[in-house]
Amino acid sequence: MKGLMQNNLAMMVLFSIVVLSAPIWANPIGANYPDLLQKFAIFGIFAIGYNLLFGLTGYLSFGHATFLGVGSYTAVWSFKLLSMNIIPAILLAIIVSGIFALIIGFLSLRRSGIYFSILTLAFAQMAYSLAYSVLTPITNGETGLQLTQQDPRYLDVLAGVVVEDGLPSTNLFGMLMKANGGYSGFYFAALILILSFYISLKIFRSPFGLKLKAIKSNQTRMKYTGFNTKPYLLTAFVISGMYAGLAGGLLASIDPLAGAERMQWTASGEVVLMTILGGSGTLVGPLLGAGVIKYFENIFSALNQAELIEVFSFMPEFLQNILVFICTPFVGEGWHLTLGAIFMLVVIFLPGGIIEGLQRVSGYIRRLVGFDKEQVNKESKEERA
Amino acid sequence: MDAILIQLLNGLDKGAAYSLIALGLTLAFGTLGVVNFAHGALFMLGAFCAVTFQKILTISKRVKDESITFFDAYKDQPYLEIWWGDTGAAIIDYAVPLSILFAIPVMLLIGVALERGLIKHFYKRSHAEQILVTFGLAILIQEVVRHFFGANPIPTPAPDVVSGSAAIGSFLGLSDNLVYPWWRLIYLFFSGVIIFAVFAFLKYTTFGMVVRAGMADRETVGLLGINVQKRFTIVFAIAALVAGLAGVMYAPILPPDYHMGMDFLVLSFVVVVVGGMGSLEGAVAAGFLLGVLQSFASMNEVKAIIPGIDQIIIYLVAVIILLVRPRGLMGREGVFEE
Amino acid sequence: MVDKKTDLDSPSRRGVLKAGAALAVASPMFYLKDSWAAADQVYRNAPKGATVTLGFNVPQSGAYADEGADELRAFKLAVKHLNGEGDGGMMKTMKPSMLKGNGILGKKVVFTTGDTQTKSDAARASAKRMIEKDGALMISGGSSSGVAIAVQGLCQEMGTIFMAGLTHSNDTTGKDKRRYGFRHFFNAKMSGSALGPVLKEEMGTERVAYHLTADYTWGWTQEESIKETTEGLGWQTKAAVKTPVGAGDFSQYITPILNSGADTLILNHYGKDMINSLTQAVQFGLRDKEVNGKTFEIIVPLYSRLMAQGAGENLKGILGTTAWNWALTDEGSQAFVKSFGAEYGNPPSQAAHTCYVQTLLYANACEMAGTFYPPEVIKQLEGFEFDGMGNGPTEYRAEDHQCFKDVLVVRGNQKPTSQFDLLEIVQQVPRSQVEYDASIFGGDLGPYKV
Repeated sequence: MKGLMQNNLAMMVLFSIVVLSAPIWANPIGANYPDLLQKFAIFGIFAIGYNLLFGLTGYLSFGHATFLGVGSYTAVWSFKLLSMNIIPAILLAIIVSGIFALIIGFLSLRRSGIYFSILTLAFAQMAYSLAYSVLTPITNGETGLQLTQQDPRYLDVLAGVVVEDGLPSTNLFGMLMKANGGYSGFYFAALILILSFYISLKIFRSPFGLKLKAIKSNQTRMKYTGFNTKPYLLTAFVISGMYAGLAGGLLASIDPLAGAERMQWTASGEVVLMTILGGSGTLVGPLLGAGVIKYFENIFSALNQAELIEVFSFMPEFLQNILVFICTPFVGEGWHLTLGAIFMLVVIFLPGGIIEGLQRVSGYIRRLVGFDKEQVNKESKEERA
Repeated sequence: MDAILIQLLNGLDKGAAYSLIALGLTLAFGTLGVVNFAHGALFMLGAFCAVTFQKILTISKRVKDESITFFDAYKDQPYLEIWWGDTGAAIIDYAVPLSILFAIPVMLLIGVALERGLIKHFYKRSHAEQILVTFGLAILIQEVVRHFFGANPIPTPAPDVVSGSAAIGSFLGLSDNLVYPWWRLIYLFFSGVIIFAVFAFLKYTTFGMVVRAGMADRETVGLLGINVQKRFTIVFAIAALVAGLAGVMYAPILPPDYHMGMDFLVLSFVVVVVGGMGSLEGAVAAGFLLGVLQSFASMNEVKAIIPGIDQIIIYLVAVIILLVRPRGLMGREGVFEE
Repeated sequence: MVDKKTDLDSPSRRGVLKAGAALAVASPMFYLKDSWAAADQVYRNAPKGATVTLGFNVPQSGAYADEGADELRAFKLAVKHLNGEGDGGMMKTMKPSMLKGNGILGKKVVFTTGDTQTKSDAARASAKRMIEKDGALMISGGSSSGVAIAVQGLCQEMGTIFMAGLTHSNDTTGKDKRRYGFRHFFNAKMSGSALGPVLKEEMGTERVAYHLTADYTWGWTQEESIKETTEGLGWQTKAAVKTPVGAGDFSQYITPILNSGADTLILNHYGKDMINSLTQAVQFGLRDKEVNGKTFEIIVPLYSRLMAQGAGENLKGILGTTAWNWALTDEGSQAFVKSFGAEYGNPPSQAAHTCYVQTLLYANACEMAGTFYPPEVIKQLEGFEFDGMGNGPTEYRAEDHQCFKDVLVVRGNQKPTSQFDLLEIVQQVPRSQVEYDASIFGGDLGPYKV
């Protein structure tokens, strides 16, 4: 196992298989439909990017949703003004959010600790408030920026693309994102996710990544050795901002709408929660966290009593009634309650997030089959580092 | 002139609310080293103490409502009114101020329970973990409240006597248009008293001295053989109480709903940080400063020059202050910078 | 909230879930296969078994959760009535009606629900889930215009009919109108037109108005519409101040009114904002003031019962408009109130009314079309004239998919006789008075076939 995880190629192959086979394994848990699969992939990218900042450097940004929102707005404007092809939209989304990240990061990184967190939060809240109200000509405020038939789409016009009646669809050189009932969009997002994961893996295991980890463990000592930490931090911040912009651009590419609430502090908080829930500083943890939160938001919120009765139908009736009675407050409109409870349980019992839970389980199994205990411990330490 | 004066009052009033919430938050920060995202929920619970107390006072007998003929409907008549007539009605009228007496034990109890049951296990954990666990707690509290009270705001009016406005203008010989609601003046005064009481408590009691020493250097105080643990519990309970009382008194101004804690959470963090981590004076000063600035930024004259400034002023000021003064207004070096 | 009725639909739900799962497994090939099967009438989620699934997308968390809960109650009641259970409610009073009480086109109606969270993104995600996973053929519900417009746009792309719930912005059937979106609820423009004559009668023609407006699209359209009306009456507009959504404390916006010389405050707020701003305006003594020799008045152009409950005493005597009220005495309204009251123990809100009616109207259009094929159903809804659903004779205007019907001007009840008796009907303004030219807002419905 250890050798496998250290081997980039093997890990990437395994990762790709898991991601691309999502429609198969998501089926039994009721998550196999294009929209949710797309969200898994896109928020996975967002969380991976966030982890590059928070997981590696320990800098807790509370404003990353800004870059997601900026990416979305940029992409939709690219669809409106340039072309329905998603390539320019996504590239522009990454570039523009990178510029925003550079400015906000440059200012915010002058402080550390909670002062840094509040600075990023303040920038994000300003962006959100303005997008919601006075910047409406650019953002279309509360309703969100949508496509219209009158949009100029200069590049498409130049290329001679004719739009029949109705709104044009986003495409990748003619391949529609909504083709195959939306599965095309998912596979595209999944490929980007694999690419993003690969880059993140490379960064984690590069000298640059090591320096970031060193900053996390003791910045003061780094500074005393005459090492200027700021450029490294800023680079990490901008990279993770660009990841967020990429995720935002992808969101808009698959569903061309950009709303201000994508930038609200709760959205920034969500990615923090995803990362910590999954296990910050680990490679796949944030992805798991993103999956769990999106799953709860979309599937748990729609369960109702009738389905609970179904779930417990194999039990004797009185047991079934008791379980349904206990579970009812936690599903449907009570899904927030479940989420809150999970946050608490995970942090209390698994400080390393879901990843730590998995490691403990696999460690337990390995001990059962007689693996060397010392090696297991050593390995899990490495994984968390 | 009137306009400025009245906006100043508005600002002070807002500032009082911000300060009270931030005070409890920074107390928990500075002493216990805990980033408490459930602090807004405690504020909300305070407001719901007022709601609950009002509900208790108006426990009612169900009487068939003859005015509705489409289906069987019932209306409620409070037992207090049935038993004591007008006296009963008067007691119900004073539900909000009376609920302070109800809120004090309840909030202290909640504070102690939270600290003993959850928070104390997180003193040595990272801030990120503290945030996650208290955020989860906040959602939990919020959803439980929603389960019992619904999502709609619940009107909790101030007593009739003080429901109107005070004619400050004519009293001071200024314009007649300078009026201010009695309840908001009471709130302002009440906040002053609480803030003063907290400071006096920390400054003039032995207990307070230990706590302040703890804020400055927790380790040494522990080494001196002082039972820090017990004091921490009390400090957290006090923080919860201050938040709760702020909530009770705010209920007539803002009809409570289950989400009001979250609405104040971000703002109170900004206030605390602008004031400087671990500085009580800073939190109070920042609260009033931001409140007053927000009021002035909302004036039409100002908005005409910079549209939308009222929406972002707090954050803008926070950014400027933090960039100019690295540790906020009165923060100390090394606190929460890791 | 425990829903006591869900056990009724549990067997059919189960079927749908299984069908959904089966569909999902086969999904990559699904569309190809389907498009070969019926070449001319291909559409998403064509009902295959004995049931047809409707999707109810309502706010279950956030500020409008209670309103969403009431909408959901109405939807469940409508489904019951469509399936021939219960007393039939407005199905008996609706004219013309082809509803038979055996589901829609002989298929039993089942439903799936989602939480909009009153956010465009979340609302679209849950609508997508209902369409992609649960096989919903129609989406309905919602409690804000931003959500309605976002979901309507999505439904146009997906080729799924959207029957809007509570949405009051002019944009929903104005510049953002869509071929697949229909609105039974009224809008800001109609509120303004309805309020006009009543304001003239009650407050005269020489007033000075001051607007506080929620700073987002719905607030702006309402401010514009009301201003148009009041300025038409000869009123002056002193100022129109934008307030941040969710401001909580509005004192800094209220105090300048005291000095402004205005004698009327118009609150273009909804939900929690309106409850807070009104409560605080009353605390600042605005209603006890005398300005320009007139009593200071406050107007709340859009009322809802939940707002009335939240604002409590402060609402008494304040004028506004509402789409429908349970105290209406026409046959349809009474049948609905009776049926809803018997089921849930309290009268329905206007949001519940519009959601109930929308569901019935959709079902009826399918019956008239003889198919679920959306373009045909849309053609039946466009220009459909009906009566007996409260609000008098009503028409779904073909040009913009806006329903035209009577609008109620109401006043916060001075002497409520029960806890539900919060609004008193001042006037039922006839439809002819609130009609306007469909072209004034622009917009484009888009194609029938997508």
